[in-house]
Amino acid sequence: MTAQPLDPRERRAIIRDSLGVGIATGAYGVSFGAVSVAAGLTVAQTCALSLLVFTGASQFALVGVVAAGGAPLSGALTALLLGTRNTLYGLRMAPLLRFTGLRRVGAAHVLIDESTAMGVTRETTAAARLGFLTTGISIFVLWNLATFLGAVAGEAIGDPRTYGLDAAVGAAFLALLWPRLRGRRNQLVAAAAAVVALATVPVVPAGVPVLAAAAVALLAGVLTKGEPADEVAR
Amino acid sequence: MIWWAVLVTAVGCYLLKLAGLSVPPRVLERPLIERVADLIPVALLAALVAVQVFAQGHDLVVDARALGLGVAVVLLVLRAPFLVVVFGAALAAALVRLV
Repeated sequence: MTAQPLDPRERRAIIRDSLGVGIATGAYGVSFGAVSVAAGLTVAQTCALSLLVFTGASQFALVGVVAAGGAPLSGALTALLLGTRNTLYGLRMAPLLRFTGLRRVGAAHVLIDESTAMGVTRETTAAARLGFLTTGISIFVLWNLATFLGAVAGEAIGDPRTYGLDAAVGAAFLALLWPRLRGRRNQLVAAAAAVVALATVPVVPAGVPVLAAAAVALLAGVLTKGEPADEVAR
Repeated sequence: MIWWAVLVTAVGCYLLKLAGLSVPPRVLERPLIERVADLIPVALLAALVAVQVFAQGHDLVVDARALGLGVAVVLLVLRAPFLVVVFGAALAAALVRLV
């Protein structure tokens, strides 16, 4: 692995913290499963999303567009745009993790917000790998189990709006957005994006408003030339 | 059609992850790419919140979901955990629909 082995205390602390994040995050796969089935996806499609896509915001985005009556492929495009942040995380994590070959191919699948957050602060490659993999793998296992449970329960309980699950999706997106709202520029971009999305809702097909809002990010990136980027990872 | 969307999303999202771990870090050091990569999730998530809460087909409406969002904001300000925020919003919307 690396020249510096971890001392047992640091090792235990990293595993404990990572499992904590993993359990808390993985559990909310229940809400994804329920929301996805409510949007009209089958249990198999819902489970396939969690197994194969495995990045929460993108999964919610895809089912959100489908729930709103949008074309599934425009939902997929929204999901992919949201997935671009994992590329950014990869760029940050690559020099820390130093994975090559097959291990890189495997590690890429669990490269998400939380595994990055639990790996990016470490000082050695061994510690970064331990935090990243413990978090990523524990979330993967629990997220998929929870998705299945939520999907099956969701099918059994009937109209999800009775339980407010449609409001849960908006809240989930807001909670994902919240830590990124530090800094005046990010707040302005978020406000402008919401306005653009709502302004286009009456006139374009479902799914397109969210993509139109992505143009706000491009425009703001070009216009704010010279300003330093805000902090991305938590 | 949905299966195609699932497949496209799965392949695309995986390749985006792998690309990040494989591309030389110099690419990120271009300021424009760094800024846009930072802002895209912000814009997308904000738009998703707005559409998810206030759109009904092609109409804009204020209903129980807006109350759920309000509750979510309060819980986030109070630094509640993710699950509490999500289910708190659901509970608020469910209760107001009962009334």
